[in-house]
Amino acid sequence: MRNVNITIDGMKLNVPGDYTILQAAKEANIYIPTLCFLKDINEIGCCRMCLVDTGAKALQAACVTPVVEGMNINTHTPKVVEARKVNLELILSNHVARCQTCYRSWTSCELQTLANKLGVDQERFSGEAKKYDIDVGISIVRDNNKCILCRRCVSVCHNRQTVGVIEAIGRGFDTHIGSPFEKSLWETPCVNCGQCINVCPVGALRECVDTDRVWAALNDPTKHVVVQTAPAVRAAIGESFGIEMGTPVTGKMVSALRMIGFDRVFDTNTGADLTIMEEATELIDRFRSGGKLPMITSCSPGWIKFCEHNFPEFLPNLSSCKSPHMMFGAIIKSYYAKKMDINPEDIVVVSVMPCTAKKFEIKRPEMHVKGLRDVDVVITTRELANMINDIGIDFVNLPDDNFDDPFGEASGAGVIFGATGGVMEAALRTAADILSGASTDAIEYEEVRGFEGVKMAEYKVGDVVLKAAVAHGLANARKLLAKVKAGEVDLQFIEIMACPHGCINGGGQPIQGSSVRNWGEVSALRAKALYREDKKSYYRKSHNNPAIKRLYKDFLGMAGGTMAHQLLHTHYKEREKYPENK
Amino acid sequence: MANCCLENSESKALLDKLDEVIDKYKDTAGPLIPILHEAQGIYGYLPFEVQLHISERLGIPLADVYGVVTFYTGFNTKPKGKYVINVCLGTACYVKGSENILDRFKTTLGIDIGDCTEDQIFSLEACRCIGSCGLAPAVMINDDVYGNVSPDDVESILANYQL
Ligand code: SF4
Ligand code: SF4
Ligand code: SF4
Ligand code: FES
Repeated sequence: MRNVNITIDGMKLNVPGDYTILQAAKEANIYIPTLCFLKDINEIGCCRMCLVDTGAKALQAACVTPVVEGMNINTHTPKVVEARKVNLELILSNHVARCQTCYRSWTSCELQTLANKLGVDQERFSGEAKKYDIDVGISIVRDNNKCILCRRCVSVCHNRQTVGVIEAIGRGFDTHIGSPFEKSLWETPCVNCGQCINVCPVGALRECVDTDRVWAALNDPTKHVVVQTAPAVRAAIGESFGIEMGTPVTGKMVSALRMIGFDRVFDTNTGADLTIMEEATELIDRFRSGGKLPMITSCSPGWIKFCEHNFPEFLPNLSSCKSPHMMFGAIIKSYYAKKMDINPEDIVVVSVMPCTAKKFEIKRPEMHVKGLRDVDVVITTRELANMINDIGIDFVNLPDDNFDDPFGEASGAGVIFGATGGVMEAALRTAADILSGASTDAIEYEEVRGFEGVKMAEYKVGDVVLKAAVAHGLANARKLLAKVKAGEVDLQFIEIMACPHGCINGGGQPIQGSSVRNWGEVSALRAKALYREDKKSYYRKSHNNPAIKRLYKDFLGMAGGTMAHQLLHTHYKEREKYPENK
Repeated sequence: MANCCLENSESKALLDKLDEVIDKYKDTAGPLIPILHEAQGIYGYLPFEVQLHISERLGIPLADVYGVVTFYTGFNTKPKGKYVINVCLGTACYVKGSENILDRFKTTLGIDIGDCTEDQIFSLEACRCIGSCGLAPAVMINDDVYGNVSPDDVESILANYQL
């Protein structure tokens, strides 16, 4: 694209011809307020907060207007400033602002920030207040009274996830975001991924909060409360306390969990190592016995529900492995309970996850062993940050601590589960050793790393050639599966994660607003933190983790054996999209 | 028309018609609105099953279809009765108590605004000013206008329309 010459606020600039005015202004360090705009997600120019004067008859929206040669842009004339203010005041006029009790207040509310920045300090317009019932789903809560109709959630759900269960409904003052026939989200094929929460600029969307249940268990002296944390949590929770993005804070997190009062602090990466043992075994079995291929990973419950609704023909391709935290929960309530001589009924397993879909997953009726739920409560990274704040812990200055025995530190393969391609890479590390019967040098599988929508690679593992693909975000998954269905690609192993970029960008992670996301790569930094942890690990392959070896030797027997199947595997069912057609 | 409108043989005929309409438009630009128009012609309204069928045949999410249906005032998601009662809630009628009239219609017919009686005879709507402020409070039933209505008149008005 050729460069063009433009003038912004009297400054001469030479910028690429495919820039928007917003991008060009950024280059000149000129701030233009935005509200609906979120890079790559929502570029529809609907809120008119970013108006600028280009000399055209009407003011233009900087976020969607491309620069042209010779353009003369003024970003802060009195007319522009007043127009932005009026637009913001109109949005505020029917926004039910309860900032004191809103979870986005101070930390990440883009509306509040904007009102401050633009000096909107009085209410010139008083509009009719919105009056919507709050929709409480299984994973997601929607409060339309706070919604400003930016449509970011609609865009992410339609375009990134191709789920499309929410839309702007009605017209005029009655316009609101909702599902067909005003159904609650849980009555739709929503996959609970929570991507809509992460893009919302205000407090209109959040997870179903379960921290009260955790506190209740912690305060019950008859309960032995065990917590496990997913790999992606350590890569992001520091952000909630102002620690630089991309800093892994594993040690501080463990300290905080101990201060909160958990009886044991375990690492879900141990569960991930276990998953790899089972999944790699299953893959090799399918390979050798002519089972259904390509095998598709099953650790993302958002992806599983998507598959059940949209691709039932691929259910036999899904690995029967439970997701890592579910496997680990089952082990805690069996092996660990026995070892510690605790009645498993008195154990409460809490999972801290970057994920909202896991709140749904633990409620699936099949996820129990002998009537005991594998996992009792799932809280998100954000909810854990709130708990840490609840009891006044100074997170930043905490010392480092280690995960508890008998599981201790997990392998680096378990850590990288949190980024797209990580499960594939971890599985390859183990499969290569099993197939070749030796410890291979292959550790880093660069081809499956990174954020390209669909990654493909071919590996010679032992004496077999394995064709693998990795997709993240459900739009990419849909694309890839269409190709498999059409016979355009021949694959043996597929990794799919519901969330774009994988769990590091899960729907339960700390929210980074547009001021960060429009100009930086949040996921890349978080992923780097995980790969750094992997590199630092003493064991980099799941099957070398001594706790895992012990677990199989003392308790489970063989990977893929009877006991393992009873505790660690599950099954799936086809789901209608809108089951009660009313 | 019951919820099972896509099931029995009569509904099969309607569904065939709907499919014809979908086939006619599905490869044109912007097929949704013309399909919805003709579907409403076929069914009288756009129930859940019809919208779901259209969404699946076009390969677009149901939420998109529903969003369009609720945006345009010409589309109905609930059946309309043979007689559509419109109680005016314009300012003049409102100050003269038209809300009480509306309430009386609701209790007498046992339905809410936007709904239709089970026998499909009456449906009830509240509307903005119908231009009969001189007659406030006013009620319209199809093309008939009733002026100076009091809640106690409701029953006798309805009696004009019993079959
Ligand atoms: S969304 Fe923002 S402005 Fe609205 S109540 Fe919450 S913090 Fe306040
Ligand atoms: S949770 Fe995911 S699938 Fe459900 S509405 Fe939000 S973005 Fe769509
Ligand atoms: S719920 Fe949030 S993201 Fe969705 S339209 Fe409303 S304000 Fe925007
Ligand atoms: S119109 Fe540009 S940010 Fe909303």
